[in-house]
Amino acid sequence: MAILEILKVPDPRLKQVSEPVSEFDDVLQAFIDDLEEARQDGPAAVGIAAPQVGMFKRIVIIDCSGTRKPVPNHGHLILVNPEITHWEGYEPGREGCLSVPDYTGNVIRATHIKLSALDRHGEPLEFEMEGYEARAAQHEIDHLDGMLFIDRVVSRRTDLFQRKVYQKGGKRKKG
Amino acid sequence: MSDKWQMLTLIGKDAPGIVAAVTSALADSGVSLGETSMLRLGGNFTVMMMVSGGADEARLRELLGPVIEARGMCLHVDPIDAHLHEHLVPNVQVTVSGADRVGIVAQVTAALAEGGFNILDLDSDVAGSADEPVYILLITGIATEPVEAIERRLEPLRADGVSVNVTPIETYIG
Repeated sequence: MAILEILKVPDPRLKQVSEPVSEFDDVLQAFIDDLEEARQDGPAAVGIAAPQVGMFKRIVIIDCSGTRKPVPNHGHLILVNPEITHWEGYEPGREGCLSVPDYTGNVIRATHIKLSALDRHGEPLEFEMEGYEARAAQHEIDHLDGMLFIDRVVSRRTDLFQRKVYQKGGKRKKG
Repeated sequence: MSDKWQMLTLIGKDAPGIVAAVTSALADSGVSLGETSMLRLGGNFTVMMMVSGGADEARLRELLGPVIEARGMCLHVDPIDAHLHEHLVPNVQVTVSGADRVGIVAQVTAALAEGGFNILDLDSDVAGSADEPVYILLITGIATEPVEAIERRLEPLRADGVSVNVTPIETYIG
């Protein structure tokens, strides 16, 4: 079938909060396959969330195994009803979005998270994620709550460098 | 929207309300903004704005005349060949800090240029105190060589007591 169309800002549907998945039927399996196809079609897309294709269900796909320099990751993940149960640390990093063409910006995200979710058949999953993969999960789960990275973007000038210096100083004091 | 762009540069003593006054004067006459950047440099208000909408320099000066005169600001207008939707995505960030002295930016950027580094964004600032000023430089851009090669190019600065960090930027798209 035709590749699902990606909703783009300022489409108000991107602000909609998505509903949990309760039926793990053939319709869901077919949709997940279509969502994966849309992710692979997106230029340089690492992740995608169901509401980006107009399906307001709590489903995301991420795959952080293809970065230029390898980062800690759990490979290709289909996460249904994902929930972040623990956050730690924060750092700015650059993000873009299939739903926000031609714009990238710095966003502060937790550096370490614990996440629980269901797989595509409804079986429970638990992950500890860090860095880039933790960022991916936070970016995609934001979509499920109607949040875009442009709602969280920070000034390149004030945040990027100074916070890092501050963090290092903090660590030294503790040690 | 007209594709003819002017680059409008405006500087003056900083005070609250300048952006509102300037952009309202433009918007009220149908002048549209493209990409803009406002910074406070040494207590001065500075802004560069891409503007379009058919107004030439004479018209822009007329529209902004009251704001500029009231606040004693300087205006500069250049016709530019410009396009929107042509953002480049940086892949490396270089941060530099050290005791302030003449030539840090020149030394860093010369070393980067030798390696073909394309600077997309550069901010520098003087932190510390009047007695012990510290120069802080933040650069993002597109490198065509590995981070390690850039590190080697900047090594002489480290030997000089300047702190240098070169970090790859992996932009998350999702």
